[in-house]
Amino acid sequence: MAPTIGELKMPAIIEKHRHLIDFALSSLIRRKGKTFSLIIVFAWVVFLLASVMFFSRAIQQEASSVLQGSPEMIVQRLVAGRQSLIPVSYAKDIAEIRGVQHVAARLWGYYYDPLSGANVTLMVNDDLKERVGEVLVGDAVSFRTAVQGQKQRARKNDILPFKTAAGDVLMLKVAGVFSAASQLVASDLILLSEQDFRSIFPIEPGMATDLVLQVRNAKELATIASKILQMHPDTRPILKDEILRTYDAIFGWRSGIVFVLLTGAVFAFIILAWDKATGLGADERREIGILKAIGWETADVLLLKSWEGVIVSLTAFLLGLALAYVHIFMTSSAFFEPVLKGWAVLYPEFRLMPFIDAYQIAVLFFWTVVPYTIASIVPSWRSATVDPDTVMRGT
Amino acid sequence: MIRLHDIRKVFHLGKPNEFVAIDGINLEIEFLKTTVFNGPSGSGKTTLLSLMGCMARPTSGRIFLDDREITSLPERFLTEIRRKTFGFMFQQFHLLPGMSVLENVMIPAFPEGIPYERLRDKAIGLLRKLDIDRKRDAKIEWLSGGEAQRTAIARALINDPTIIIADEPTAHLDSKLSMELMSILKQLKAEGKTILLASHDPLVWESDMVDRMVTMRDGKISEAGGGA
Repeated sequence: MAPTIGELKMPAIIEKHRHLIDFALSSLIRRKGKTFSLIIVFAWVVFLLASVMFFSRAIQQEASSVLQGSPEMIVQRLVAGRQSLIPVSYAKDIAEIRGVQHVAARLWGYYYDPLSGANVTLMVNDDLKERVGEVLVGDAVSFRTAVQGQKQRARKNDILPFKTAAGDVLMLKVAGVFSAASQLVASDLILLSEQDFRSIFPIEPGMATDLVLQVRNAKELATIASKILQMHPDTRPILKDEILRTYDAIFGWRSGIVFVLLTGAVFAFIILAWDKATGLGADERREIGILKAIGWETADVLLLKSWEGVIVSLTAFLLGLALAYVHIFMTSSAFFEPVLKGWAVLYPEFRLMPFIDAYQIAVLFFWTVVPYTIASIVPSWRSATVDPDTVMRGT
Repeated sequence: MIRLHDIRKVFHLGKPNEFVAIDGINLEIEFLKTTVFNGPSGSGKTTLLSLMGCMARPTSGRIFLDDREITSLPERFLTEIRRKTFGFMFQQFHLLPGMSVLENVMIPAFPEGIPYERLRDKAIGLLRKLDIDRKRDAKIEWLSGGEAQRTAIARALINDPTIIIADEPTAHLDSKLSMELMSILKQLKAEGKTILLASHDPLVWESDMVDRMVTMRDGKISEAGGGA
C-alpha cells in the first residue's frame, strides 16, 4: 500500500526538530558562559522551592501518619484559658455518655535536660506498671546517660538520670528500645511507669494530663463533644480532625514563612531570567538575521529559540529537583532545619521518609520551565520578524 | 525571467528620516545569464538584490518570478521561494562563528527536514567541489578570507538554488582570490545557474562571464547595457 501524505511528512518534521535541537545545543555550547550562569541560577531557585515543597509535604505526611494511630477525641481541662490537669473522676462521668466506648486518663509531659540540651516526651504506659525504675525509649531518642554524661543515642541497659520535682536524681534503666512508624514519635518518646512519672513531675494522684476517648460511631463525635462540654464546662474536647488540621496549618505556615523569604530569591531570578533571556546580545540578533537571510522562516527561528529555552530550563529544573531531593531526604534539610523544624534540639538526627507529590512537581514545573521558555521566545520573536535584508545591508 | 515592474522601496516611510532607496525601477532579467549591478555606494544595488531575492518587499510595484507574482505572497511562501530558488553570498560572508565549516554549510537546509546523513553527504560533496573539504571540521574563525568565501559559496548552494545572488563578493578579497571566485561563479553559470552580482569592482565587470551590466545611481537605473 502506498504511504499517505501524513506518513511521508512525519519523518521530515522529526528530522527538522532533530536538526533544530542539534543546532540549539550547539548554540548553547557556543554561549557557554551565559548558558552556564543561567542554569546555575535557575537550578538554585528550583532547588530552594523544591526543598520547601519536599520538606513541608514530607513532614505533613509524617504528622498524619503519627495521628492515624491517635485517639479520636482528647479531652483537656482549661483553667484561666490555659490547659490544666484534669481530674481522673471526669473519665467516669464521660464513660457514661451514650456512644462512648472507652475513656482513659493519660499522663504525659515534656522533660528538658539542661545539661545535655535533650528534650523528650515522657508518657506513662500501663505495661510498665509493675516495672518501676525501667523505661522504654524510641529508637531515635538521644539522651544523657549517667555513665557517659553526654547526650547520645539511648541503648538497652543504659541508665538515664532524671531530675525529680523534689530535686533528687532518679535513675531509670532502659529496658527496651521500640521502633515507631514515624520518626517524629521515635525521636523523642520515653515510656515509663506511673510511679516514676509522678516522682519526676509533681502531679497529685487523681489528676491526669488529659483524657482520650474511643467512640462507637465517628459520626457522633460532635454530639459527644457537646455533651462533655455540658457536663464539664471547664473542658475542651479536641477531635482528631482538628489536630490534623492544626498540624497542616502549622507546617503550611512554616513553609509559608520560607516561601515569603524565598520570594526575594524568586524575584531576583525573574529579573535575571528576564534580563538574560530577553536581552538578546548583538551576536544573537545577528545570528537570527543570518538564519532568516539564508532561508529560515520566523517560525523556524522561534522553534529554535523554544528548544534553547526548554533545554536550559529543563536541565536546570531537573538539576534543582535532584539537589533538593538529596538535601531534604539525605542531608536532613541542612539549610532549613532551624526555620522549618522549630525545635532543632528535639530531633537531632531527623530524617524524613521520602514523599513526593507529583501535583506539586507539576506546579513547580509550570511556574518555572514554562515562563522561562516563553520569556526566551519573546525577544527572538521581535528580532525574527524583521526583514532579513537588514543582514544584507550589514546593519 | 525575473521581471520588476515600477519598483519603489522607501525606508522609514512617513518619518523625518524617510529615504527612497529604489525609485521606480522597471527591469527584466533573463535566467542562465550573469547580470552585474554597479554604481556608487548608496545607489540602491544591494536593496534591489534583496528585493529580487525575496528578502524584503517593495513599498510599491510588483516583482514576477517566472510569471508568478511574488510581492504579495505571505512570509511563509516568500521564505520558501527564497530558500529553494536563491542562494546568497554576502559581502561579509555572514558565517556563524563557533561552528564548523560543515555545520555552516548545512544550516540553510535544516528547516527542510532532510535526514542528517544525506544532508551531510551533500554538504561534503559541495566542500569537495570547492576544494575546501579538508577544512570541514575547522571553526569559521580559523579560516582565511578565501576559505571563508568558499564556505559561503557552499552554503549558498546547499539547497540547489537556480539563482545565485552575491553582494560585493570581492570586497574583502585580494586580486588572486577575486579571480578564483570569478572562476567558481563561471563554473556555476556553466552548470545552469543564474548569477546576479552587485559590485563596483572592475575585476568583476570585466570578467568574460558577465552578460549584462546595469548601472544604478540614486535608486534609478542610469544605464541598462546589453552585455560585455
